[in-house]
Amino acid sequence: MTTSTNPDEVIVTENLTKVYPGDILAVDGLDLSVHRGEIFGLLGPNGAGKSTTAGMLTTRVLPTSGRAIVGGVDVVAHPAQAKRLIGVVPQSNTLDRALTVYENLYFHGRFFGMSAKQSKAESLRLLEQFRLSERASAPVLALSGGMAQRLMVARAVMHRPSILFLDEPTAGLDPQSRIALWEILSELHDEGQTILLTTHYMEEADQLCHRLAIIDHGRMLALDTPERLKASVGADTIVTISTDTPDREAFATRLRSSIPGATGAVPIETGVRLEVQGSHGVLPAVVAVADEAGVAISDLRLDEPSLETVFINLTGKDLRE
Amino acid sequence: MTTIETPLLIPNRSARAAGVTAFRALLARDLHVLVRNLREFLPRTLLQPLLLVFVFAYVFPKIGQGIGGSGAAASAFSTMLVAGVVGLAVLFQGIQSVALPLVTEFGVTREIEDRVLAPLPVDFVAIEKITSGALQSLFSAVIVFPIAYFVPATPVHLNVHWLILLTLTPLACLMCGALGLMFGTVFNPRTLPMLFGVVVLPITFLGCIYYPWAALAPIKWLQIAVLANPLVYVTEGFRAALTNAPTMSLWAIYPMLIALTALFTFIGLRNFRKRVIA
Repeated sequence: MTTSTNPDEVIVTENLTKVYPGDILAVDGLDLSVHRGEIFGLLGPNGAGKSTTAGMLTTRVLPTSGRAIVGGVDVVAHPAQAKRLIGVVPQSNTLDRALTVYENLYFHGRFFGMSAKQSKAESLRLLEQFRLSERASAPVLALSGGMAQRLMVARAVMHRPSILFLDEPTAGLDPQSRIALWEILSELHDEGQTILLTTHYMEEADQLCHRLAIIDHGRMLALDTPERLKASVGADTIVTISTDTPDREAFATRLRSSIPGATGAVPIETGVRLEVQGSHGVLPAVVAVADEAGVAISDLRLDEPSLETVFINLTGKDLRE
Repeated sequence: MTTIETPLLIPNRSARAAGVTAFRALLARDLHVLVRNLREFLPRTLLQPLLLVFVFAYVFPKIGQGIGGSGAAASAFSTMLVAGVVGLAVLFQGIQSVALPLVTEFGVTREIEDRVLAPLPVDFVAIEKITSGALQSLFSAVIVFPIAYFVPATPVHLNVHWLILLTLTPLACLMCGALGLMFGTVFNPRTLPMLFGVVVLPITFLGCIYYPWAALAPIKWLQIAVLANPLVYVTEGFRAALTNAPTMSLWAIYPMLIALTALFTFIGLRNFRKRVIA
């Protein structure tokens, strides 16, 4: 029935692969291990294979090959058993339109085997915790996007899943609701909830996740804490130089060889992105190099390395592309 | 083998027991919605049979256009119509309570994605839909029956064959629930108007509602063609259960209802799986 795994590993995948009809390779040999109590992020651009991975772990997508163990249960061999151990917040609103806010929770509890009394008590408690009590008897269609999302999270954690999955949880939410949701996830984490989320927002990954897998074209490119991923860039300052010079390639090469402490320089659409270790005096130096090269600079910006930088270094492209 | 970790609030029980509980809870949810929406359910279920019986068995005889003539013949028509009206109600309910919500849940709201995460095998999520549809079909048969019995202007003479009625009714309801599942997984929001305009219309007009199957004998090709219509076995079955009029052989009705239930369930489950699991 169940497979022996390290009890501290809530998710283990081995060579997990999904090929959709038409030979579309969505996930390519993914090896993951998610630890109990952590918030684990799958970060990557749209179409990277994040949702397919989440789909395979939550029994909605059948892997083409490889294995996925969730809470000690093989999700392919025993999907019904696995479904008792997972909570899922999908990308779209899947609340039951025929039921009220309260009833969405109440019947969810009943589906998962709670008694009527227990399900009622737990629904009321969750409505309170997720600040939805006032809307208890409203139809779910009357909820705002943020409230609907909160209700879906409440529903997903109601049966105390071993792991909570959230697929792009803040896509389409207004900034306020996004922050509210981040707070809720942090609270759930404090209560010990293991969480896996997929996102293409690097701020979200940076703020929430303890460990991150960066994914592109179905392959894992890096796996570490956000801090260590950013440190891996090998620079402490990113200088973004805006210029409309036609030969950005040559300008980048020149910057790299002339700026003290430069660890890398790549041409980007709007100019050149320069990575520097030790930023002291870098701006005058850049301006001097540009003058020598006869390049007109329209803007200069200094940033700390972000996950965006990590992603660009790994793939040569922007997360938003 | 390690034991499965027990979440705090839900009982640690076998997958089978958890599945049975989830199945029951899904049914309870459907019935709760039915009761909540009774004010919509009743008119939608009652109006069509009411109008049908009213026009054919009340207005026509009163204005002297009685089908089948007048007097005893008109009475025979009213009696014959009872089975047709009840059969039609059962079929419509199967489509309205299973196919229509499914088309929406698959195509518009994606609610189905949550329902299939309930802790039971995906096939049973679909079988619950059939069961729920069958129960609603049964309910509509019960509430439509008095209309067919009391509204006609000429007396209805029923001879109830209980053994047939009690075995045929659940079977007919299950078949209509399975038909609803199949239609719900075949049609999408764009093609839904086709379901009523192109599929349900011929099923109802050629479903032996207004005439017994045997009466089609003069049009042999039609009598054979309508054998492909699932409603024929429902209306003829009810006719055999409620009247002494000659009907299609029970040796054809029962096996066909069973075979069609199996066929629609098979196709419905196959499509359902395809649509919820990538």
